[in-house]
Amino acid sequence: MTAKLEIKSLGKRFARNEALRDVNLSLAENEFVSLVGVSGCGKSTLLSIVAGLLDYEAGDILVDGAPMEGPGLDRGVVFQSYTLLPWLTARGNVEFALRAAGYKTKECREIAEKHLALVRLSKFMDAYPHELSGGMKQRVAIARALSYRPKVLLMDEPFGALDAMTRHEMQLLLTSVWEAHKLTVLFVTHDVEEAVYLSDRIVAMTLGPGRIKAEFKVDLPRPRPASIIATSEFQALQQQVLATIREDIVAEEV
Amino acid sequence: MPQSKLSVARRALFTTGGTIGRRSFLAISCGVFLLLFILWWAATTSGLVPALFLPSPGSVWAKLAALSADGTLWGDVGISSYRIVAGFLIASVMAVPIGVLIGSYRFWEAALEPLADFIRYMPVVAFLPLTILWTGTGDIQKFLIIWIGTFFQQILMVMDNVKRVPRDFIGLGRTLGLSEFQLQMKIVVPSALPGIWDTLRITFGWAWTWLVVAELVAANSGLGYRITVSQRYFQTDVTIGYILILGVLGLVSDQVMKALERVLFPYAKGQR
Ligand SMILES: Nc1ncnc2c1ncn2[C@@H]1O[C@H](COP(=O)(O)OP(=O)(O)OP(=O)(O)O)[C@@H](O)[C@H]1O
Ligand SMILES: [Mg+2]
Repeated sequence: MTAKLEIKSLGKRFARNEALRDVNLSLAENEFVSLVGVSGCGKSTLLSIVAGLLDYEAGDILVDGAPMEGPGLDRGVVFQSYTLLPWLTARGNVEFALRAAGYKTKECREIAEKHLALVRLSKFMDAYPHELSGGMKQRVAIARALSYRPKVLLMDEPFGALDAMTRHEMQLLLTSVWEAHKLTVLFVTHDVEEAVYLSDRIVAMTLGPGRIKAEFKVDLPRPRPASIIATSEFQALQQQVLATIREDIVAEEV
Repeated sequence: MPQSKLSVARRALFTTGGTIGRRSFLAISCGVFLLLFILWWAATTSGLVPALFLPSPGSVWAKLAALSADGTLWGDVGISSYRIVAGFLIASVMAVPIGVLIGSYRFWEAALEPLADFIRYMPVVAFLPLTILWTGTGDIQKFLIIWIGTFFQQILMVMDNVKRVPRDFIGLGRTLGLSEFQLQMKIVVPSALPGIWDTLRITFGWAWTWLVVAELVAANSGLGYRITVSQRYFQTDVTIGYILILGVLGLVSDQVMKALERVLFPYAKGQR
């Protein structure tokens, strides 16, 4: 099977430091991969490069086998900050993306409604962003990114700004959406529990320069109920990933 | 316990970020106007201040009523309003697109931002003799002064409004495959629009100042002109009355623009 997204010996420098060195990563079709690592290890940089929003100096990025050339509709992005356009309703925001993707007006409406229902926001379709909670806004953003069927979904700590309870709800929702809706996902987080719960595979990065340190296959069965967090397999994997990341935190403090 | 409620409400008025009801707000602002009015009235009727320096509210009112009845006042308000609306529109129609370009594209920023900064620090009044030399003392010269006084400030402020558009909004537009032009029209401009409207509202106030300055120096009609004439004849009541009229016009136009802002950008309220 060809990789849906392939990153080959990617390198990126900023004026002051080397953010990424020789990063190799490949995502199979419908694979959910999480990127974890300490703050500053280059997770967001990697994601922005893949999204086509940031330049890079070395390496190749292939989407569905073809070289990536700048941002495009084949990769959907959910940002950490709230990016709902404030002058459009929830439905309007989803329709905005669909129209950009070239759907006809009538289709837009239908598809938008379907996707807002998928993230359980049917009641809030006509609400403006300032009338929605943080979790609701991110749900609309997810619905928007899914709606036009990108080949790959890129998410940079989409739940980073949410409180623990809402975050947990969003994780459940994202898994159920993903399980119903199979899609290749690259998901950045620094919450290891979140990574284990959501992913098929976890990629741990390290810093100075940013590079991949270890990979963990998540062999937990799907669908994953919320209770899976309490199982010993889950806990063991979580501890293993945490230990890998902790080495970096300790190293940094020395 | 109504007493504790009252104390909470009262404290909110002097707490950072406290809230206030619409009626209390109105009551307090009107109270300040009333207080100043009473001070004015007391100072003049007690004879503390000679009428030549500061006429009483009554005599100013009577004078304004007379000027209103013979049409002078309305003529002055009309011509000045025409000048300010025209001059301000010319400046704004030019400044908004240019400000958007400067805010979005580094080429235009490099080309125009330092230049605008340079001109912005030149005192507008210093241009008065030049503008009269170039265009005479008619309406065109008034437009020109308003333009010099507001345009350069506006482009810098609009630039700032545009730079405040969240980076991720632009990132979003790019990932949706929008072209440069679509990105500007569908994301940057709508996103900056509430801020741009604020810029227009604030600079409209400055435009009034420049208009009156221009009319004070060289004109044969308008509110500023009438003030110069009244000064020549020691008609302090007309001077004061007209200054008050200018204040009222400013206050009214500001409130109208604020009200329009609430209608045009209802979604912006929650963000401020
Ligand atoms: N625009 C930029 N200019 C210069 N350096 C940058 C820029 N963006 C990121 N960096 C640097 O690159 C490195 C990686 O940053 P990045 O934001 O990708 O980290 P991250 O893993 O996403 O961290 P976090 O978990 O805190 O979000 C950091 O050292 C950061 O200082
Ligand atoms: Mg980051």
